[in-house]
Amino acid sequence: MSEPEPLIVARDLGRTFPMGEEDLRVLRGVSFRIDRGEYVAILGPSGSGKSTLMYLIGCLDTPTEGTLELAGTDVATLTDAELAALRNEVIGFVFQAFNLLPRTTALENVALPLRYAGVSPRERRKRAKEALERVGLGARLDHPPERMSGGERQRVAIARAIVTRPSLLLCDEPTGNLDQRAGREITALFERLNAEDGVTVVLVTHDPLIARRARRNLRVVDGEILYDGPPLDGLPTPAVVEPSASVPPAA
Amino acid sequence: MLEYIRSALSALLANKVRAALTMLGVVIGVLAVTLLVGVGDGARLYIEHTLEGIGANLLFVTPGRRETRGSMAGPRGGNVTRPMTMEDVRALERQGTLIREVTGATQGGGTIKYKDRRRDTLVFGVGAAFPDLRNMHVGVGSFVRQEDVDARRRVAVLGRTVVRELFGDENPLGKSIRIGEARYRVSGIMEEKGASLGMDLDDMVFIPVTSALDLFGTDALGSIMTAAKNKDDVPAAMAEVDDILARRRHGEREVTVQSQDDLLATFGQLTNAMTWMLLAIASISLVVGGIGIMNIMLVSVRERTREIGVRRALGATRSDILWQFLVESMALSVLGGLIGLALGMAIAFAVRHAAPDVPLAVSPWIAMVALSSAVVVGVISGVVPARRAAKLDPVEALRYE
Ligand SMILES: Nc1ncnc2c1ncn2[C@@H]1O[C@H](COP(=O)(O)OP(=O)(O)O)[C@@H](O)[C@H]1O
Ligand SMILES: [Mg+2]
Repeated sequence: MSEPEPLIVARDLGRTFPMGEEDLRVLRGVSFRIDRGEYVAILGPSGSGKSTLMYLIGCLDTPTEGTLELAGTDVATLTDAELAALRNEVIGFVFQAFNLLPRTTALENVALPLRYAGVSPRERRKRAKEALERVGLGARLDHPPERMSGGERQRVAIARAIVTRPSLLLCDEPTGNLDQRAGREITALFERLNAEDGVTVVLVTHDPLIARRARRNLRVVDGEILYDGPPLDGLPTPAVVEPSASVPPAA
Repeated sequence: MLEYIRSALSALLANKVRAALTMLGVVIGVLAVTLLVGVGDGARLYIEHTLEGIGANLLFVTPGRRETRGSMAGPRGGNVTRPMTMEDVRALERQGTLIREVTGATQGGGTIKYKDRRRDTLVFGVGAAFPDLRNMHVGVGSFVRQEDVDARRRVAVLGRTVVRELFGDENPLGKSIRIGEARYRVSGIMEEKGASLGMDLDDMVFIPVTSALDLFGTDALGSIMTAAKNKDDVPAAMAEVDDILARRRHGEREVTVQSQDDLLATFGQLTNAMTWMLLAIASISLVVGGIGIMNIMLVSVRERTREIGVRRALGATRSDILWQFLVESMALSVLGGLIGLALGMAIAFAVRHAAPDVPLAVSPWIAMVALSSAVVVGVISGVVPARRAAKLDPVEALRYE
């Protein structure tokens, strides 16, 4: 394998929300590096700042402290339009709540990012179709998301996230609204995208089984990264980890 | 742009009832604008039509001095007003150089009787020049002739409505009718003329002006009509008429000479009131419609906060979002405008069929005016919601429940 190429480099990232008298420090001193082709699971109790971190990495939010480099560029130097282009081309988002646009077909949902990329309608249709075939929904092109199961909806959302062929997939609790079976299928899909297409996957999950299948885990507790390393076996499920229970970094 | 329009339309389709209610204000506004422009246009067409109908270069002389234009200061000639008589008509005929034919005219109500049928109608005493001057022509038989006027003959020319009412299918030519107590012989029937501004031009009877003066028991003419020989000479001809009549009054200017322009200007004021009213309705409804659209768009922005966040996450720039909502507001407004325009045209056509004399026209530029006002309303009322949508913080939008 060639030299690992850094995709995300976070240095001392912090995010503070002004809240009346006292500021709310949701993230502090977060530093890590994720290389191209990695598959990383982020764990941590509810309210620990995982989503906030995902929004920062996804350039939807800006850090109040520290720097973030994406594909070698300090995102603080980018304009609003450049950030939009970055989200469009480099990043694909998958949300817990699917966030598909209602009253439109699966195909239209998937084609939407291509519209913002300025792709012609014809080409859009073709590529959206390919993306839906990639997630196993080639036969459901014109279905409205309202008439699909949760697993199918999330697959439409994944097709939408990969349609611009991004190098990074950011998935915030993508299986949180799915039953176990559908959750497994979605996870398998991420693994395939990572293995076959070389897409870097960063996913937030509460599911220890999913986390264990990732090659690397980041554990966020109370706005700080308390563990960064390979999955640890025999650990209690992350949801019941006490914020104080710090996990020693792996050797 | 097409993209924005397409998605705007599907967004509106998704909430048809609300979209329809929102559009109502603009519908009414544009409807009013359509009718407004229609009335204005109709009045203009009507004036043009009347210009032709009235006979070219008509001059209209009435007794008494009135200021018809703002250019002349103060009333002149005092209160003493000598009537205009047939002598004045003859003086104009003899001395006028810039005018062609002249006719005295007087009119009054009269009861026309034939056998046991009767009809109250307008009796119009005129001279032989009348048809030419006013562009109202006889259809069958002959009009009042000069010798009829000179000999004070009792001949009558009937309008079509009078013929229908009194004679039915019978041929009136040569028949004897009574006007008041006097017997008249029917010498002609006018061409069908139709109605003009609520007045049935076929519901009248023409008799020699001299006979009419006898009938009404007076020497005083109601008016004198003549026409300038050339269009360019109208002002000079008016002065000439004024001078000739003043000479017969020891220099006192006691008559008013009006050109057809003056007459039509007076008529134009009539449509003004209606125009202003419609303008008021139009602007109020457009403003109300605009506020309605703005409110609905604000609600829509709030409801679709999450969608906005998702779009931003997928690569939409702020200006993409701005345009999305601006175009949606414009689509709403323009759709309402189109409906208002269609309704307005339908009403205009219906009115034209039901009441042809109401001045209401439909021309292509109405569509332009109506639709551009709709676009303007759409843009203005869309700016605030669209900017609000564009300014939304993407993360807050995504976290919005
Ligand atoms: N805009 C905001 N203003 C104030 N507090 C916020 C804001 N966004 C998130 N938070 C707070 O930050 C903390 C972390 O939230 P989040 O990143 O969503 O956690 P997680 O995804 O790990 O459950 C929570 O306590 C949340 O209330
Ligand atoms: Mg979260």
